Amino acid sequence: MRFLKVCAVVVAVALIATTSLAIAGETLDTVKKRGYLIAGVNGGVFGFSMPDEKGVWKGLDVDTARAIAAAVLGDANKIKYVPLTAVQRLPALQAKEIDVLCRNTTQTLTRETANGLNFAHVNYYDGQGFLVSKKLGVKSAKELAGATICVLPGTTTELNVADYFRANNMRWRPVVIEQTAELSKAFFAGRCDVLTSDLSQLAAHRATAPNPTEYVLLPEIISKEPLAPVVRHGDDQWYDIVNWTVMALLQAEELGVNSNNVDMALKSQNPRVQRFLGVIPGLGKDLGLDDKWAYNIVKQVGNYSQIYEANVGVNTALGIPRGLNDQWYKGGLMYAAPFR
Amino acid sequence: MQEVRETTAMKPPVTRIGVLGWVRTNLFSSVFNSFLTVVIIYFLWKIVPGLIRWAFIDSSWTTTGAECRAAGGACWSVVTKNLRFIIFGFFPYEWQWRPLLAMIILFTLLIVSRNRSYWKKWLGYSWLIGLFVMGLLLRGGLFGLPPVESTKWSGLPLTLLLSVFGLTAAYPLGVLLALGRQSRMPAIKSLSVVYIETIRGVPLISLLFMSSVMFPLFLPEGITINNILRAQVAIIMFTAAYIAEVVRGGLQAISRGQYEAAESLGLNYPQKMRLIILPQALKIVIPPSVGILISAFKDTSLVVIIGLFDLLKTTQSTLSDPRWMGFSVEAYIFIALIYFTGCFSMSSYSRRLERELYRGN
Repeated sequence: MRFLKVCAVVVAVALIATTSLAIAGETLDTVKKRGYLIAGVNGGVFGFSMPDEKGVWKGLDVDTARAIAAAVLGDANKIKYVPLTAVQRLPALQAKEIDVLCRNTTQTLTRETANGLNFAHVNYYDGQGFLVSKKLGVKSAKELAGATICVLPGTTTELNVADYFRANNMRWRPVVIEQTAELSKAFFAGRCDVLTSDLSQLAAHRATAPNPTEYVLLPEIISKEPLAPVVRHGDDQWYDIVNWTVMALLQAEELGVNSNNVDMALKSQNPRVQRFLGVIPGLGKDLGLDDKWAYNIVKQVGNYSQIYEANVGVNTALGIPRGLNDQWYKGGLMYAAPFR
Repeated sequence: MQEVRETTAMKPPVTRIGVLGWVRTNLFSSVFNSFLTVVIIYFLWKIVPGLIRWAFIDSSWTTTGAECRAAGGACWSVVTKNLRFIIFGFFPYEWQWRPLLAMIILFTLLIVSRNRSYWKKWLGYSWLIGLFVMGLLLRGGLFGLPPVESTKWSGLPLTLLLSVFGLTAAYPLGVLLALGRQSRMPAIKSLSVVYIETIRGVPLISLLFMSSVMFPLFLPEGITINNILRAQVAIIMFTAAYIAEVVRGGLQAISRGQYEAAESLGLNYPQKMRLIILPQALKIVIPPSVGILISAFKDTSLVVIIGLFDLLKTTQSTLSDPRWMGFSVEAYIFIALIYFTGCFSMSSYSRRLERELYRGN
């Protein structure tokens, strides 16, 4: 027994030692000294983070990481991308293998507390929905009693559907399929009545349909999936940088500044634009960055509207309207705190 | 005068020779065989024309995904259009001739090494030089080649790297473990037994997870070990344990007389093993060890779950692009062919080795 106790103490000490508290400013110094940012990303979600035919990373999450690199290092291309699976992503951040995680990760209470992480400003509001064939004649998810539903196993998606149907006292039959690509095949082949996934994914699935116009999204959104970049607890300065980088993307859109007109905007007489772009210095210094940080973000990456439209917007293969991700003054949820 | 006998051979009945004879003896020799033949021909007749139509006649080879959907047949375009990403992954686009050249060197060396009469010193030196050149091509940093980080090694070169190094390192380690398990020294024996049984008691996936998720948490601050190296070590450790048990089987098949004869000649332990026991034991276990090597080669595709972009993962990544989503069959057929080529050449080589080493005992 004594031996076991000694072992337990040793293991506990080792665990505490490895999760030693970060010192404020540490991550920023490390990144600057290293000369590049290490960002954890997803390996295969089109529109969010995925390599193209030439192996170049593209997507909304990738552009968010590029904006952080532009703010911190002045060069959006100084990034090393680490593709991570769902299981690996949080430990990789905790073990300091990456500086920031931009991998369509949903903000939840336990992830902030038990896992010791901080979520920055949301860069995409997702939610789970249902895709059905028009032929089914269903107008609402409430009419789906007894339906067969294609769903990926082992994700919150499956649990959300179960919760929703139980709450509405309806029965459903799951058709569980492991691979995303096979999921849509099964649905279009008629093996299930309904396909459920996050809205951004449903859009991708619908784009591959033989006849995309024959399918409709039902109005019910059954879960909230605020996706945000994640950093470790304990380094407040780094958290501020990541948080305000996302807000800078939003603020640039609100101010009407984009990558094409940002050089003109430097001459603007609007004090909000001047403060934002560092013409009136101060904001960058407070973050521990160059006063040109926001200028670099907008010049090299663009504003939120630009990266949204380039990666997931209506003119891409995904074709997702802004919806919840529109600016607050246009009825969306994107709201940057004042830059002053 | 001698009587001349007419011995002109009568021709056998036409139903016994030629095509008809072959068909009769091979396809319709009994009622049951005739039945099987008919059933099989029926299924082939049902399947093959459709398959050929799908794979060749209606197929598209260099179109876009949308044109493929319109054409209806097999969409080989998903492979041809994304070939460079599937094969080379993240390796910088303009430098992809480097991994290509490295793979050509590797294949040349492997093909030359198939012939046992070439197993001389010069071949060893060629391998050393070849390995150096391959490493240089992949890593860069010398002779004006820009350095490429190992995190960008992906696709087929990564699969080959993991399997070739995994298998060549695992085999000697496995032999050592097998000898260790037979050892009379209790420390070495128990260490080998514990190692082999522990590793064999867990699935490869859990080893890979341990190496990629848990291991970094126990490293001191600021030290990170390359993800590829971690996976490589996990694969070596895993394969070695299986090789060890197969080799132990071979060691036990050698009669006691051989051991005693070696000892009575005054050979010490290394000599006894190297000259008498191992050559016989390893020869016996060629079929099962090649079986393990083949399955280890295929198991390298499990690194997908720790986020390494091997051949399978680059293919899956391509398939999650909405433009190419839904053409998984074609893409998987393509990589299945690559894996088949690798596995089949290993097993055909093992059969050839067995033939060459056959001593009639």
